[in-house]
Amino acid sequence: MTESIDLSKVDEILKRYEKKEASLIPVLQEVQSCFRYLPEEALVRIGQKLNIALSRIYGVATFYSQFYLAKRGRHVIRVCRGTACHVRGGKSVLDAIKEYLKIGDGETTPDYGFTLETVACLGSCALAPVLLVDEDYYGKLTPEKIAGIVQRYAEGGQVEAQV
Amino acid sequence: MKLKSDKDLVALREAIKKDKDPNKPCISICGGTGCRAGGGEKVRLAFIEELAKQDLAGKVDVLRTGCHGFCERGPVVIILPEEIFYERVATEDVPEVIAKTIMRKELVERLLYRDPVTGETITYNYDVPFYKGQTRIIFSDNTRIDPTDIGGYIARGGYSALSKALFQMTPEEVIAEVKKSGLRGRGGAGFPTGTKWRFTRDAPGDTKYIVCNADEGDPGAFMDRSVLEGNPNSVMEGMLIAAYAIGADRGYVYVRAEYPLAVQHLTLAIEQAGELGLLGDNILGTNFSFHLKIKAGAGAFVCGEETALIASIEGKRGTPRARPPFPANEGLWGKPTNINNVETFANVATIINKGADWYGSMGTESSKGTKIFSLTGKINNTGLVEVPIGIPMRKVIYEIGGGVPGGKEFKAVQMGGPSGGCVPAEYLDLPIDYESLGKVGSMMGSGGMVVMDETTCMVDIARFFLSFTQDESCGKCVPCRMGTKRMLEILTRITEGKGEEEDIELLEEVGAAVRDASLCGLGQTSPNPVLSTLRYYRHEYEAHIRDKKCPAHSCTALLAYSIDPNACTGCTACARACPVKAIRGEKKQAHVIDRILCIKCGQCFDRCKFNAVVKD
Repeated sequence: MTESIDLSKVDEILKRYEKKEASLIPVLQEVQSCFRYLPEEALVRIGQKLNIALSRIYGVATFYSQFYLAKRGRHVIRVCRGTACHVRGGKSVLDAIKEYLKIGDGETTPDYGFTLETVACLGSCALAPVLLVDEDYYGKLTPEKIAGIVQRYAEGGQVEAQV
Repeated sequence: MKLKSDKDLVALREAIKKDKDPNKPCISICGGTGCRAGGGEKVRLAFIEELAKQDLAGKVDVLRTGCHGFCERGPVVIILPEEIFYERVATEDVPEVIAKTIMRKELVERLLYRDPVTGETITYNYDVPFYKGQTRIIFSDNTRIDPTDIGGYIARGGYSALSKALFQMTPEEVIAEVKKSGLRGRGGAGFPTGTKWRFTRDAPGDTKYIVCNADEGDPGAFMDRSVLEGNPNSVMEGMLIAAYAIGADRGYVYVRAEYPLAVQHLTLAIEQAGELGLLGDNILGTNFSFHLKIKAGAGAFVCGEETALIASIEGKRGTPRARPPFPANEGLWGKPTNINNVETFANVATIINKGADWYGSMGTESSKGTKIFSLTGKINNTGLVEVPIGIPMRKVIYEIGGGVPGGKEFKAVQMGGPSGGCVPAEYLDLPIDYESLGKVGSMMGSGGMVVMDETTCMVDIARFFLSFTQDESCGKCVPCRMGTKRMLEILTRITEGKGEEEDIELLEEVGAAVRDASLCGLGQTSPNPVLSTLRYYRHEYEAHIRDKKCPAHSCTALLAYSIDPNACTGCTACARACPVKAIRGEKKQAHVIDRILCIKCGQCFDRCKFNAVVKD
């Protein structure tokens, strides 16, 4: 889907950076934190202003896992797949979320409610297995706890993180 | 206010110390990511609120520090100056802690650490076995300073090593001291730090760079984050001394994007150091200048490799290139560049302050000083431990780590993350140093120690690491890109019970090719988890392939659940838990699992209180 975006915001960000290749990644990071993903029109504009070929920008944007080329869900669930979580049963937690939301790793629900991601390690190994919903940590998880956690966000209410 | 000389720094330190009464009660709350995730921030706010309510706001300090290391017991609170240790503190506990401990110097018994062996409570931080077995040099100030205030660091002697280097030592003397200390790179490879500095100093060129590699990415290792979050100035001071030694005037800290708190604390530290003239032009009034910037990574494990990290700072895809030329000669934008890890830099100030001989008194013949390990997995005391290099593995796992939980049997410890290997139980008395670990097919790496017990399947662990490296392979060179993919396919096949007799040989052959032919460390070391588990747990591979059994009862495809009719009481707990209604049976009669319907989720096994559900 294409949505028209406000390119003046992109221009505003570009103004603060030197016109050189080293500015590309920080610019992409700022643009993404503005739109929550990297819209195509924004990449075209960045290419024009920084004088970098669009193919190169696409190369960088697809190389790093933190850049997204598609619109994402209102809530992002990040499931830790680090070693400590793995040996404490992290995979069954991930499977439970996939089953509940009916989406795979890296996918977004059709209503843009949730995006599911896996991360290599959240570094909160004492709480393993652990996941993040937006900024809230949930630790010592079991598959049975998943439905309750997801539902609270689906209902729109912000909830307190529980461990 | 800019400090214009070494004397100004001393005067500032004295002024800060004079303002602070050492006997004033202080509540030190761990502000590391682990404790915050466990609700530590709410506890801190509750303390502030309660103190205000009781009119004690000015009489008691509340300190939000960096990571204390004992993540297992978080949120952790220490009452200073006595160093009373309270664990798993909740907001409800706050009024009682203030009423009893702060006001009347009485203990809140239930919050004290209880020794799991003797059952006795332990009052003081330094008596808790987890801390007692450690030698905390890098972490020494982590319970004592607020990382968002440079003053606390200066009061505890911060930047005195920089001042000593600038006013009393030549760059050559600094390099000689670091070389003599025996400090080796803490990022994994263990290259002598002083030698690396020497190469960069000797490289021709006017513009040189210092880079701090904070792209910590090994799953299960988080010591660099804790150092940056808890004491960012110690890393900056190390970088400043390195810059002075090699003749660099600018530098970067490349921080992993997943560490927002580290970026926030470092940003503040850079601002505050700049205001005091400890960063920028003419530092402490000398003609030494150094400018420091943060570069946030964008999520690519391979960027921990130094040439890939350089490409990423330059704004490119973070792919590695062949070495030589090494970054010491041709690094960032083609200029000589010295790259060290966070923990390496954090060691430097202590070495300059206390001398190479003192530093060299810790550790082994070839590996000096301390190393921080992150102890995770099937261990009672998850957390960060700083110990002298060469300490026996057993001491870390049993004395400091408190052993394996649930009465399970220790099987192995995986060290060095996806580049490392397993150390099996028979080597528990091995000293932890670069050489000893290398000999048994493992490595120090960045310091991840993942403990595994009898229920961990070693084929599955190898598959787990391969899926990580395969995912993170940048794709530039064929051996890594294709080799990791093929190895992962074989391992997946084996864990699904579809392995064939020749798969083990094939794994060894592909592994050797990937190790020998890959371009960078990521590829070269990626077969290690496979080769090391094949070395010690070949029988597990064979059981998967020949008998179609997983000895650890971990690989779902090879499992079958059944109910022991003699143990089953017919309580129906399993049948109610089963999501697919595969369990049938009358109340108070033995139940039966229908293996065709069963999806092997294991909920019946977890639910049964009579051990009647059997995994086979």
